[in-house]
Amino acid sequence: MSPKRIERGALSSDHGLHLLRQMLRIRRLEEKSAELYSATKIRGFLHLYIGEEAVAVGVAEALAVEDAVVATYREHGHALARGMSMGGIMAEMYGKQEGCSRGRGGSMHFYDARTRLYGGNAIVGGGIPLAVGLALADKLQGRPRVTCCLFGDGAVAEGEFHESMNLAALWQLPVLFVCENNLYAMGTRIDFAQSVTDLAKKADGYAVAAGAVDGMDVLAVEAAAREAAAAVRAGKGPRFLECRTYRFRAHSMFDPELYRTREEVEEWKKRDPIVLLVKRLKDQGFLDDTGLESLEREVVAEVEEAVAFAEAGTWEPVEDLTRFVYSERRTE
Amino acid sequence: MSEGPKMIRTTYRQAVREALREAMQRDDRVFLMGEDVGRYGGCFAVSKGLLEEFGPERIRDTPLSESTFVGAGIGAALGGMRPIVEIMTVNFSLLALDQIVNNAATILHMSGGLFNVPLVIRMATGGGKQLAAQHSHSLDGWYAHIPGLKVLVPATLEDARGMLWTALEDPDPVLIFENSILYPMEGELPEDAGPVEIDRARVRREGRDVTLITHGTCLFKALEAATTLAAEGIEAEVIDLRTLRPLDEATFLTSVARTRRAVVVDEGWRSGGISAEISARIMEKAFFELDAPVERVCSAEVPMPYPRHLEEAALPQAATIVNTVRRMLQAHG
Repeated sequence: MSPKRIERGALSSDHGLHLLRQMLRIRRLEEKSAELYSATKIRGFLHLYIGEEAVAVGVAEALAVEDAVVATYREHGHALARGMSMGGIMAEMYGKQEGCSRGRGGSMHFYDARTRLYGGNAIVGGGIPLAVGLALADKLQGRPRVTCCLFGDGAVAEGEFHESMNLAALWQLPVLFVCENNLYAMGTRIDFAQSVTDLAKKADGYAVAAGAVDGMDVLAVEAAAREAAAAVRAGKGPRFLECRTYRFRAHSMFDPELYRTREEVEEWKKRDPIVLLVKRLKDQGFLDDTGLESLEREVVAEVEEAVAFAEAGTWEPVEDLTRFVYSERRTE
Repeated sequence: MSEGPKMIRTTYRQAVREALREAMQRDDRVFLMGEDVGRYGGCFAVSKGLLEEFGPERIRDTPLSESTFVGAGIGAALGGMRPIVEIMTVNFSLLALDQIVNNAATILHMSGGLFNVPLVIRMATGGGKQLAAQHSHSLDGWYAHIPGLKVLVPATLEDARGMLWTALEDPDPVLIFENSILYPMEGELPEDAGPVEIDRARVRREGRDVTLITHGTCLFKALEAATTLAAEGIEAEVIDLRTLRPLDEATFLTSVARTRRAVVVDEGWRSGGISAEISARIMEKAFFELDAPVERVCSAEVPMPYPRHLEEAALPQAATIVNTVRRMLQAHG
């Protein structure tokens, strides 16, 4: 299925600049994270979202405050786009107790009650059933909320994806399935892993309405996500949205990238979602070089502040190691 | 003299069903989902009649998607519900192991205490019905290895009736293993039977010569062995663990300190099993109280065979327990 053109209204200056700011915040946070990884401030696995920013930002625009998000181990962008503080994110990557998961999860396991982020799930496909259950809870309690479930093309090969699509469709649950198709399951290209590479077609088998969208175009992602989320919120059952995107950086910090060519990466970088939006905003007269520089300065300042927050953070006392294996309170 | 509560004749199956009914009646957030729990009435007829009473929104038949309906239970618990997920048998829970071990057990700790998972998963367990190797597993002790989970094994009618509500009140994931061979077991329960505590093991028979530590179906084999031994003048104390995680070691350590001999009886395999854990704790904390090495009666280390004589040989039996105790007393009397 080819990415469909979605009618959209005129772009306002404010909104366009907001989208750009969000994507820049993710990009600069990720670049700083890579730097801090080399400086051994961040350890473990680190999966950068650079190149895919338009997906997190576009989809977040379609969600309401009370909606839930279930994401993957490449979730820094979603956390930021949903409104979590950069400081809490950075402190989490440092493993400090001021982090959004008390430093317990690290890069792959962000959680947040206010923005209802349920991970940061590091087993591919493992978060998808959680989204189905969150949506079931909303349906049973009559709450018109959306649960947005994000996963990569790799997860589409997992049984849980298929089971979850079936169950969500069978029970008409309010789940927005968003596949971030970056063409590689770690290092395995999609045509080496999928018998049908047109992923949106998978939804047909479950009678789930689906669409595919250019994941490098934040405005297209936003429009498609808004349309899909509105249908989900209106009780029309689940929707599946495939966002065709590309990861510019390695899978993780341990990846020598033997499976793709430099030329391929450079070709995709011509469609850098930030470059594309900057051009569009400049063409429309919403942005000039001075404006961009000032925006960059603000974002860099926020990143530096987040790093300072993480640096100033504290280590959870070792005596707390066994806290939260079980709850410290009884539920009512 | 005041009369006790009126006793009613019931079965293990009915006791579980009454527990489910009570939970559904007491809390709107409770619902049951699993394979064939509704229209079929439950694979073991446990939930028979509940669909008619509570409707399809709360008694939900699922597709054969163990990983997803268990994961959906976790999600629904995160979303404020109190789900009871039924996995038809422990054998199929292996298809949901990722959700149980990687999600249910970890989310509270990994989120720094932000999100707890008030989920109850029930499953039938155990061998003894000539169902061969893929339908006869006893893996309760295996799940008890996992921090973040609680593992309950009701053996008596009272526990079958009472453990569910207490598990639902728990803020964290609780697995309940129901030995399928016990479903038809008959007995009496007080008419007003209700929730029971899930923190302590129970002494089911008192004795001074040896402690038999067990749970699930093996409780009845241990009690049978104790009766046989009593005729020979050997008084066995029988402890029903009830909860495998967290393990109430105080109860069996106290008993062993008195009887000075322990036999652990477990339908699971010996290697790396819960019997090994119990034995290790006795070594660590009651070594100098012992008059004899701890003994174990476990299932033979084979995939469960189909023919009755081989299955019986593979499972712990009362006679094996009796012989083990006799041997201990002869060697270390």
